Amino acid sequence: MRIHGRGGQGVVTAAELLSVAAFNEGRHAQAFPSFGSERTGAPVVSFCRIDDRPIRAHEPISEPDALIVQDPTLLHQVDLFGGLRSDGFVLINTSRSLADLGIAEFFEGHHSERVLRVPATDIAREHLGRPLPNAVLLGGFAAMTRAVSLDAVAGAIRERFPGALGDRNVNAARNAFEYVDA
Amino acid sequence: MLKQEEGSQAVAHAVAMCRPEVICAYPISPQTHIVEGLSDRVRRGDLSPCEFVSVESEFAAMSVAIGASAAGARAYTATASQGLLYMAEALYNASGLGLPIVMTVANRAIGAPINIWNDHSDSMSQRDSGWIQLYAESNQEALDLHVQAFKLAEELSLPVMVCVDGFILTHAFERVDLPAQEQVDAFLPAFEPRQMLDPADPVTIGAMVGPEAYFEVKYLMHAKQLDALDRIPRIASEFEEAFGRSSGGLVRGYRTEDAETIVVALGSVLGTIEDVVDELREQGVKIGALGIKCFRPYPLDEVRAALARAGRVIVLEKAWAIGVGGIVGQNVRLALSGLPVSVHDVIAGLGGRPITKRSLRALFADALADRLGPLSFLDLKRDVVERELERQTAGGRPGPHAENILKELGVVAARSH
Repeated sequence: MRIHGRGGQGVVTAAELLSVAAFNEGRHAQAFPSFGSERTGAPVVSFCRIDDRPIRAHEPISEPDALIVQDPTLLHQVDLFGGLRSDGFVLINTSRSLADLGIAEFFEGHHSERVLRVPATDIAREHLGRPLPNAVLLGGFAAMTRAVSLDAVAGAIRERFPGALGDRNVNAARNAFEYVDA
Repeated sequence: MLKQEEGSQAVAHAVAMCRPEVICAYPISPQTHIVEGLSDRVRRGDLSPCEFVSVESEFAAMSVAIGASAAGARAYTATASQGLLYMAEALYNASGLGLPIVMTVANRAIGAPINIWNDHSDSMSQRDSGWIQLYAESNQEALDLHVQAFKLAEELSLPVMVCVDGFILTHAFERVDLPAQEQVDAFLPAFEPRQMLDPADPVTIGAMVGPEAYFEVKYLMHAKQLDALDRIPRIASEFEEAFGRSSGGLVRGYRTEDAETIVVALGSVLGTIEDVVDELREQGVKIGALGIKCFRPYPLDEVRAALARAGRVIVLEKAWAIGVGGIVGQNVRLALSGLPVSVHDVIAGLGGRPITKRSLRALFADALADRLGPLSFLDLKRDVVERELERQTAGGRPGPHAENILKELGVVAARSH
């Protein structure tokens, strides 16, 4: 899977947390960033592979099974959907419709139940008081793909962010899980 | 203990368990996370006794390591790219003096053009510096090689460079099996220096040597490197016995037994190659891969034995001798001299350009169809190069290559006026 966002939104951390969640469920996982101009606000991409077998390949993911778009302002700037199959999962951080975002036409013919939206920035503001959507979206990702469980995501978040910060992120992720699951 | 961890943190873990007494470092991407992890451990008192020396340059980092090692301390540092070049003079001193320093090189391209991404130009530029060079293909192997490196360095009294692909490994979260401290302690005995600056028993380390003895002192480096060819497989098998997994050694073949075509490579690209080898094997293609784990000393006999029965060898390498061709390729040809094997150098992955399975499939298909020449460049944008060459001969002041090509690719906007 591939995550698109901007520097400062925790794009790299999200992929790492997802790999830890998969690892905690006994699976093999590999997370890595595509480093470029990793300044705050600049487009950043990260990747995560999850498999039942050891992962040997070290190449970027050009044909993802799933995408998370942490920042919808990237939609018309970066080739976000490159290599995505028509049954690929897409989770976009937005409260707007696909038509509003100007991508409804693009997803015609795509399995519509696999293109989902979650207002992760709003959820993050509510739970964390800060617009940090990365851990929130992992909750939505778990609901959308079932590639990892919400419990595993929560465990990975708590390992990285102990204490109240972890709890708040877990609550936000659970909120996103329920939002997507509904 | 199994852990999902960043490559740099896994290396820091391994180095800390080897109980270095002096760590000196200057931060440079993509090595920085390793020495940050170590500096945290020293600060917290988790790694003790150990002195962490923040220096003002890589030249100083290696100089401090030399001083520490000469004073009898187990010394470690890490660097990359320009940093490795900046310490070049001191590298030759460390090896010439026979000091068992261990250093991680988080492999990165060399400027100009400035570039922070991975290739092997940095460590390959120092292949003849007298350091032993080991190349890791995964984070697990990166971790394991550091434990082996201290043992090897100290048995031989020679410095060892552990080369770990920058970003691709150093910044990747993968599953690693972290050994217990007691296991590492049992495997790696306390450092017993062969030579030491000791006020109670004074010696000179680094004496001036004239034509009467320079050759002999220098030859000893070669003799020790050849000795390493016996020790490296022995240490790897002791490691396997102690830790229950195979890591390191001189070379490692993958499905090479009956292979008519063998792909040779170093480092993290091996896993990607092996995946493509499996795909082709399913189609009945007799293809295999050979990882060179230790490039210095060069395991000539092992490379020859592994490749002798292949008709075709593809050497995929992340650096090259500009104006000549492949570096690893030259060494492979040396190992195969007199044998009817065709060797094809393929330069790939420079400056972080991804080496993808898609490109490898096309490359191997070309090789199998006898369309591959002696030297090729994987995914090089030839049209871009041709147009820049044309601009350079068109007269006037065509300007710098890097800016022209970035402009053509649309990476930077046109010049402002």
